[in-house]
Amino acid sequence: MIELEAQDLGIGYAGKRLVEKLNFTVHSGDYLCILGENGSGKTTLMKTILGLKAPICGSLEFGEGLKASEIGYLPQQADLQRDFPASVEEVVRSGCLGRMKLRPFYSRAEKALADERMKELGITALRRRCYRDLSGGQQQRVLLARAMVATTRMLLLDEPVTGLDPEVTKELYRDIEMLNKDQGITVITISHDVEEALKYATHVLYIGGRLFFGARDEYLRHIGGEAAREPENAAEGGHAE
Amino acid sequence: MNLFETIAYYFTFPFVRYAMIAGVFIALSASLLGVTLVLKRFSFIGDGLSHVAFGAMCIASILKFTNNIPFVLLITILTAVLILWGGKKVRIKGDAMIAMISVASLAIGYLLINLFKPNNPNLSADVCSTLFGSTSILTLSVGDVILCGVLSGVVVLVFIFFYHKLFAITFDENFAQATGTKVRLYNLFLAIIIAVIIVLAMNLVGSLLISALIVFPALSAMRVFKTFKSVTVCSAALGVFSAASGILVSIVAGTPVGSTIVVANLLVFFLFMIVGLFAGRGRA
Ligand SMILES: Nc1ncnc2c1ncn2[C@@H]1O[C@H](COP(=O)(O)OP(=O)(O)OP(=O)(O)O)[C@@H](O)[C@H]1O
Ligand SMILES: [Mg+2]
Repeated sequence: MIELEAQDLGIGYAGKRLVEKLNFTVHSGDYLCILGENGSGKTTLMKTILGLKAPICGSLEFGEGLKASEIGYLPQQADLQRDFPASVEEVVRSGCLGRMKLRPFYSRAEKALADERMKELGITALRRRCYRDLSGGQQQRVLLARAMVATTRMLLLDEPVTGLDPEVTKELYRDIEMLNKDQGITVITISHDVEEALKYATHVLYIGGRLFFGARDEYLRHIGGEAAREPENAAEGGHAE
Repeated sequence: MNLFETIAYYFTFPFVRYAMIAGVFIALSASLLGVTLVLKRFSFIGDGLSHVAFGAMCIASILKFTNNIPFVLLITILTAVLILWGGKKVRIKGDAMIAMISVASLAIGYLLINLFKPNNPNLSADVCSTLFGSTSILTLSVGDVILCGVLSGVVVLVFIFFYHKLFAITFDENFAQATGTKVRLYNLFLAIIIAVIIVLAMNLVGSLLISALIVFPALSAMRVFKTFKSVTVCSAALGVFSAASGILVSIVAGTPVGSTIVVANLLVFFLFMIVGLFAGRGRA
């Protein structure tokens, strides 16, 4: 089942086109990894998918009945204020809000889900702490837990492992894989970690100078082929690490 | 007569009781919302809107409406919606726009009232009481008190009902929108509620000092508390405490109500700042 389809999609900011002629399709249960150099427009693409930005041209169609409230999202940089009083628990639980419609308070199941995600990401002990007093990596884990609380169908992660230590990174990849494989949640991540992309992803979208979209194996052949043809392009592919 | 007897004596007058009830209601709703406004960096909006309300009040008194409140409320709500929704598109100039609207309404209001009521000997006293609230809180009728109570009751209920949503759109608007919360709708709600509170608070402290009711309790609470819930609860408590003690002092000492309430808020803020400093050092 198609979840997301981009046709000749153009993205960018007022007066500045970043990427044009993007064509890709995401099926339900896919794990798509978006690669590309700094500034190539990956975050912009994710914001366009989320409806936080309008596309410049082309079309972006969602699969049958995909609602915003079924999406979980980890921003690359949440533009939060330095002095916001919020506990870890309050932040993680707020992931549920999108699907609560007009219901004013969290249900027991929603609180339990938040607890479970906090446990998975090892932040249960921090639950009463103030979000702003945490380290960068701890904050990242809190926002990840929030994203994983929010998702029931699709999960979009913008550079999820930034600032995480190797142990947590490994666990996070395992958690995402579990959501993807066991619960059939469609995953779209942005990453600079090509190895991870090739280990877990089913599809790869490369944006930047040269566009590529295809299954993981095709991507492997693609970069292998390019390496054989023009060595400097292989170096470029390597940059994406 | 000791202090308590004096206070008890004053409370035998209905207008004192009315003032107290209305003041506490208004302070409660203003301080609840203040948390969201301060955190959303919207504190200046209270200031701007209160000046718009002043301008509307002047126009209403020229047009000789029997009841000014509906007209003033309408104009203020419209301006609030304009600023909160329109401000998004012209983000950079947002604060300048509010400053402009604010000063313009103040000037136009005063100008009009001078042009059309040149023979009124009480003009400057009228204007002064609209700006600083002066004694109008002590002349409330039962109807005014009921209106105050109902409107602030609605504000408090709406706040409790949308408490978590307000947290979400304040903490991370992009995330809230991306995951299906109707951010624009809640921002509209917020605009309307702010306008209602401002028009209510004009009676209490006058249009120059309204921001104090909205901003001070939240800022004080944030010195000491670190979660959204505790800050909200503390802010409400501080708002009510400052308003009540301010009204008491002003009745007993005969000081202007609005300014006394603001000074009470200010003292509480300094107290919490000191507590916050010590608490912070203790933890470090
Ligand atoms: N709000 C904005 N207004 C205008 N231009 C922007 C804005 N945000 C980003 N850009 C520009 O768009 C380009 C792409 O930004 P984007 O954040 O999408 O890159 P990215 O691929 O996510 O990079 P990174 O790997 O560093 O995260 C950059 O050149 C940036 O300068
Ligand atoms: Mg990015």
